[in-house]
Amino acid sequence: MKAAVVQFPGSNCDRDMAVALEASGADVQIVWHKDNGLPDGIDLVAIPGGFSFGDYLRCGAIAANSPVCRAIVDHAERGGYVLGVCNGFQVLTETGLLPGALLRNAGLKYICRTVGLKVETSASAYTEGYTAGSEIGVPIAHHDGNYFADDDVVTRLQGEDRVAFTYTDNPNGSRADIAGILSENRRVLGMMPHPERAFEESHGNTDGQRLFAGLMGQLASA
Amino acid sequence: MQEPAITQDLISAHGLSPSEYDRILEIIGREPTFTELGIFSAMWNEHCSYKSSKKWLRTLPTEGPQVICGPGENAGIVDIGDGQCIVFKMESHNHPSYIEPYQGAATGVGGILRDVFTMGARPIAAMNSLSFGEPGHPKTRQLVHGVVEGVGGYGNCFGVPTVGGEVRFHPAYNGNCLVNAFAAGLADTDKIFYSAASGVGMPVVYLGAKTGRDGVGGATMASAEFDDTIEDKRPTVQVGDPFTEKRLMEATLELMATGAVISIQDMGAAGLTCSAVEMGDKGGLGVKLNLEAVPQREDNMTAYEMMLSESQERMLMVLKPELEAEARAVFEKWDLDFAIVGETIPEDRFLILHNGEVKADLPLATLSGSAPEYDRPWVETPPAEDLADVPNIDPIDGLKALLSSPNYAAKQWVYDQYDSQVMADTIRQPGQGAGIVRVHGTAKAIAFTSDVTPRYVKANPVEGGKQAVAEAYRNLTSVGATPLATTDNMNFGNPEKPEIMGQFVGAIKGIGEAVAALDMPIVSGNVSLYNETDGQGILPTPTIGAVGLLKSHDEMILGTARDGHVALLIGETAGHLGQSALLAEVFNREDGDAPAVDLDAEKRHGDFIRQNRQWIDACTDLSDGGLALAAFEMAEAANTGVTLDAADTQTLFAEDQARYLVACNFDKAEALMAAAGQAGVPIQAVGKFGGSDITMGGISAPLTDLAALYRGTFADTFA
Repeated sequence: MKAAVVQFPGSNCDRDMAVALEASGADVQIVWHKDNGLPDGIDLVAIPGGFSFGDYLRCGAIAANSPVCRAIVDHAERGGYVLGVCNGFQVLTETGLLPGALLRNAGLKYICRTVGLKVETSASAYTEGYTAGSEIGVPIAHHDGNYFADDDVVTRLQGEDRVAFTYTDNPNGSRADIAGILSENRRVLGMMPHPERAFEESHGNTDGQRLFAGLMGQLASA
Repeated sequence: MQEPAITQDLISAHGLSPSEYDRILEIIGREPTFTELGIFSAMWNEHCSYKSSKKWLRTLPTEGPQVICGPGENAGIVDIGDGQCIVFKMESHNHPSYIEPYQGAATGVGGILRDVFTMGARPIAAMNSLSFGEPGHPKTRQLVHGVVEGVGGYGNCFGVPTVGGEVRFHPAYNGNCLVNAFAAGLADTDKIFYSAASGVGMPVVYLGAKTGRDGVGGATMASAEFDDTIEDKRPTVQVGDPFTEKRLMEATLELMATGAVISIQDMGAAGLTCSAVEMGDKGGLGVKLNLEAVPQREDNMTAYEMMLSESQERMLMVLKPELEAEARAVFEKWDLDFAIVGETIPEDRFLILHNGEVKADLPLATLSGSAPEYDRPWVETPPAEDLADVPNIDPIDGLKALLSSPNYAAKQWVYDQYDSQVMADTIRQPGQGAGIVRVHGTAKAIAFTSDVTPRYVKANPVEGGKQAVAEAYRNLTSVGATPLATTDNMNFGNPEKPEIMGQFVGAIKGIGEAVAALDMPIVSGNVSLYNETDGQGILPTPTIGAVGLLKSHDEMILGTARDGHVALLIGETAGHLGQSALLAEVFNREDGDAPAVDLDAEKRHGDFIRQNRQWIDACTDLSDGGLALAAFEMAEAANTGVTLDAADTQTLFAEDQARYLVACNFDKAEALMAAAGQAGVPIQAVGKFGGSDITMGGISAPLTDLAALYRGTFADTFA
């Protein structure tokens, strides 16, 4: 499985993401934001956490207009897999690959702590390692993780089983407790929590491992 | 543009005393230009020159086999084996944070991160030690929110995990909060970069963000007392841009890998002036700068403004000219400015040209080396009066008083606002003693702590200074780490007052004795004086930041207490309640002496913990709040109850030093007690973990109630 981890100038979880993907068996390449295309044969593009271009305006807005993002949209439209975590989720909503937007946390403060997530669906490469309805703990670390979409979109996401994770104790005001959502073809996942920070024993929590393992299994057999 | 004439008012507005001005005349043999006056003021202010403290700082132990670089460079460096080292320092940003809390704190974090990556190290951990006025003071809430958000806003975006720190409240900080920022980075021992320039005619390159008018005169401001004109000083606070700093760090580390860097220095206090002078002085060279080449953010900037600007996220480098193209390409990749602004010259000269006009022409070595040095008069702090009687109190009431004070309540409201896990190597997060970060890709880990008990230092500067080091030693020991070295951030009042200078001298003496005895030399540090408002000084606050090594995961003590575990107390309890947390929070008293620190006992007990870690599941040191608070915190972390046999206030709340609380099962407890007996280390069983209550001397309260208090106080006070 070949994965590309995107590096914007303000990405700061790019290494963490690459470490988790490599440890899960992926062949990882780092892709610079000014690159016009992706390397050949990429199965998965991972957009990591961080502050892509400082995010002083709308998080991910400038990143979504970078050359590499045009290539990522093409990749997704060809049926490629894209995982956006934290800032990556913000970028994905800005590119339009996923609906909705991430607003400032309802409490107006940055929050870094492990939160409870309910796995809402196991019907995706990312979540097939989990049992639908099960609860896991995964760290969040964001200032703008308050998922917003209008009623129609939320109803549609729920109706199409595209809500991947919800918060068990909503930390940021997200509508319908949404922590992560899937694209229509279920190959693009955006989520605010950081599965790569719940990956090894030394993190004190390995609940994120199965997301990567599931992805590897699915993509290796694809 | 016409420069202002040099008048008496202008001289004193630059913080220069008449005798200092006379010295300038003597050095250059003529009246300085306006720009030169600014340069002298920048180099000679307390913040940059350490003129009041140098004499005493020299007495500190700074050497040891583990030390690669002691004080004098951007940060200290300590060896962690396998060709790797940790680069670290702590620095204050007190005055800017009081004036403009968010930006003051943010740029404090930015400055210390730059100090670390300037030396070739990638920052891997940050901490911050914050001291605020009393919680009910009208200014405190705004400062707490602003400072915490500023620390988080900068560090989170930059991408360094914040893994530790302190937050305290005391009326003495009402008019002058303290923000001490610590950063540590990881480097290869053979790839460290220093600031000394070498080679004549080498290009001096400006890197990073553009120069604006922000922070002009900031270091001079930081060296003055506050009064009611403080709001006018807001424009001297710089504005931080962590996104640019992140790019500057990546670009700098990439640049270093190209081999193009001869020497490099970040632009911190007094910006271009300090960095250029320092590189020239350390290399025995002169420096010529052409200011029109400096990337500028604003129009019509003068030489004076450019030389004194404290715009953030900038560096100065001496470049190998043959590698200019490679170096430039790195900065273009990261969209940062790269401008050749001058060159090294053979003569001892600091020559500043702007559009062909000479704006300053000073002897560089003299400018750097002849800063005034004062042997300020000082008086020894008088011995503390004896402690008046302390009545026995209901131990649960005593504990509740501590838990309902923001000083001793859980600080997760603060730590949740810091990204403590970015880089995915954090093993222990803030809020529970020392933080731990793994050395990426190895089995090693580094423990970090920052400590000081200002009440103790005020009562007894020597013992208080020792205690700050001893507590740092114990916090590192409690997670199984071997303490390596220390950085000191000395925050004091006006050094021109003999009693304040006496506090400083006493604290340095205590710190020096302790770091020598505990083998954790001082490798870097910072002095912040004039922390006074309207003549009222802060509590003397020598913050100690310390670093310890864990050679493997097996060395870590990371467990929690369990139902049925024995509570063992290591060390001697004499019942010292002077200057204790209980006294302050329950009786509103700050009397008596600080607890005495027996450095031999500290070393013996610390070594004992490390040598017997196989018997220890959970360990914490005893400090503020004594046995009662330590046992509660250990129980709360494990979500279990604890029963302590003792009932008397002295045993439960005394703050005697060199003590640890350990939790382990009965068999391990027996083994540990046997080992202690052989080692001559005092140990006793003081209670048992289990159940759902906190019980002391037969009086109980439900853990859930006390935990709610402990977890809720901070947010209830400030949210």
